[in-house]
Amino acid sequence: MNTAPSSVAGEIADFDVARYRADFPILSRTVHDKPLVFLDSAASAQKPQVVIDAVSHCYEAEYANIHRGVHWLSERATAGYEGARTKIAKFLNAASDTEIVFTKNATEAINLVASSWGGTFLQAGDEVIITVLEHHANIVPWHLLRERTGIVIKAVPVDDSGALDMAAYHQLLGPRTKLVSVTHASNALGSIPPVEQMIRDAHAVGARVLIDGCQAIVHSPVDVQALDADFYVFSGHKLYGPTGIGVLYGKAGLLADMPPYQGGGDMIRTVTLEESTFADPPSRFEAGTPHIAGAIGLSAAVDYVSAIGMERIAAHEADLLAYATERLGDINSLRIYGTAPRKASILSFDLAGAHPHDVGTILDREGVAVRVGHHCAQPVMERFGISGTVRASFGLYNTRADVDALYESIGQVMEIFG
Amino acid sequence: MSALRELYQEVILDHGKSPRNFGKPEGANADAHGHNPLCGDTVTIHLKLNGDVIEDIGFEGRGCAISVASASMMTEILKGKTLAEAEDMFARFHALVAPDAAACEPGFDAPDLDKLVVLAGVREFPMRVKCATLAWHTFKAAVDPDRAEITTE
Repeated sequence: MNTAPSSVAGEIADFDVARYRADFPILSRTVHDKPLVFLDSAASAQKPQVVIDAVSHCYEAEYANIHRGVHWLSERATAGYEGARTKIAKFLNAASDTEIVFTKNATEAINLVASSWGGTFLQAGDEVIITVLEHHANIVPWHLLRERTGIVIKAVPVDDSGALDMAAYHQLLGPRTKLVSVTHASNALGSIPPVEQMIRDAHAVGARVLIDGCQAIVHSPVDVQALDADFYVFSGHKLYGPTGIGVLYGKAGLLADMPPYQGGGDMIRTVTLEESTFADPPSRFEAGTPHIAGAIGLSAAVDYVSAIGMERIAAHEADLLAYATERLGDINSLRIYGTAPRKASILSFDLAGAHPHDVGTILDREGVAVRVGHHCAQPVMERFGISGTVRASFGLYNTRADVDALYESIGQVMEIFG
Repeated sequence: MSALRELYQEVILDHGKSPRNFGKPEGANADAHGHNPLCGDTVTIHLKLNGDVIEDIGFEGRGCAISVASASMMTEILKGKTLAEAEDMFARFHALVAPDAAACEPGFDAPDLDKLVVLAGVREFPMRVKCATLAWHTFKAAVDPDRAEITTE
């Protein structure tokens, strides 16, 4: 184990990570009597105090059901919930608030599109293109739709670096392609596909495009209009927001033609015992009482990251990824999976002779929290002939010292398994 | 001894690296497949049963040190046992590794069951108990005609 390589420059100058760390109460705790080193933000990020406070304030001071009461509390809660929609529309640069549908997470958003849009507009023989990089949440809904409609699912392969094989993508695209559903950043490898080009190419053959933005939206600015994405989904909890709240962005024209996903209160225009007529989007897709406090908490999270600046967060995390890649790269028995030129701050690896679960247990005892296993992305694990990896993922609050702690704790693994 | 060293004792690391009875024994006449969908680990238990005696036993699959070592040690212990003895051992083993089993000290009157005590360290790691028990649950499936495949979830 050597000391830190001197060729890597210091942390980026204008990013006061110590100040941001202080915003996250959980980061000051210990685990197994060791300071917590949290390297699992790609699974779910920790929450800043402003998000915790926003959720508490909603319940303590301004909570009632939304869209129905005429009383003051209901007005306040409705303003908070709809204000969150406006905030997120701006964050994504959507053309209109009405293009933002609240869901419980990205998984539900993809299922909504598959069931409502796919179930209406796709027929037997129509082709949906996904990629080997996808999370199970962007695979299984299409399998379910295939059961219902007989669509054909095709997957774009990756090269040995984990980058998409764009030549294969172009071969798969054709007149039968109706949808391309692709991740904006691989949760297992970090690879960032060239979605701008993929969207242009898909539109050229008349196909629609859904982007799974879970891992991308936390690391860089997203502009759905510049991308020209038809659908864009993400989960609030990975963006430092609460669990149980997610977002589906859909172009207004597409949402307008889609039937409801679920039936219930708040999504109707009129109901008799015989029939219902439905509200316009986004209400049409938000049946029942939604996660009001969750939306308000997510709004606070968007304010928080916006105040820091997504470009600055991206630069900080890129620095951490480069530092970690170089630092861990000098461990002979360590193999990194995912070496594509464009990557989010995710480092997946395994160690010769030690199973990822054993590595994860040993790291945990050093206070280092990583994700181990297949990361709900079994096809990409199969592509590399492995059952799983150890994944360190970096958020805005991580530091080079966290990387050093990871490096040192890997030394513990090698002491036991070496 | 730290909890970690207790978990990863030499004998466990040895069985994990060099599992015994790995493969399908000749004349095997029963098997079952076990799977942990959370981590992707798999194990297949092969048995050569003669009446209710386990004449031979082997396993295949891939997994962490704990799951491979547990499967390896299980095959060593169960070879030559009757199904009733195996059932009894499973109950004792489960009491040994289950995190909430502190009150029910297993009586180790069967001398070769002592070998399994090295796996007791897993009790301190609730997330890993399933790694230690997967092979045993799969063994039970192999001798139960109604359950050809088991999963930890």
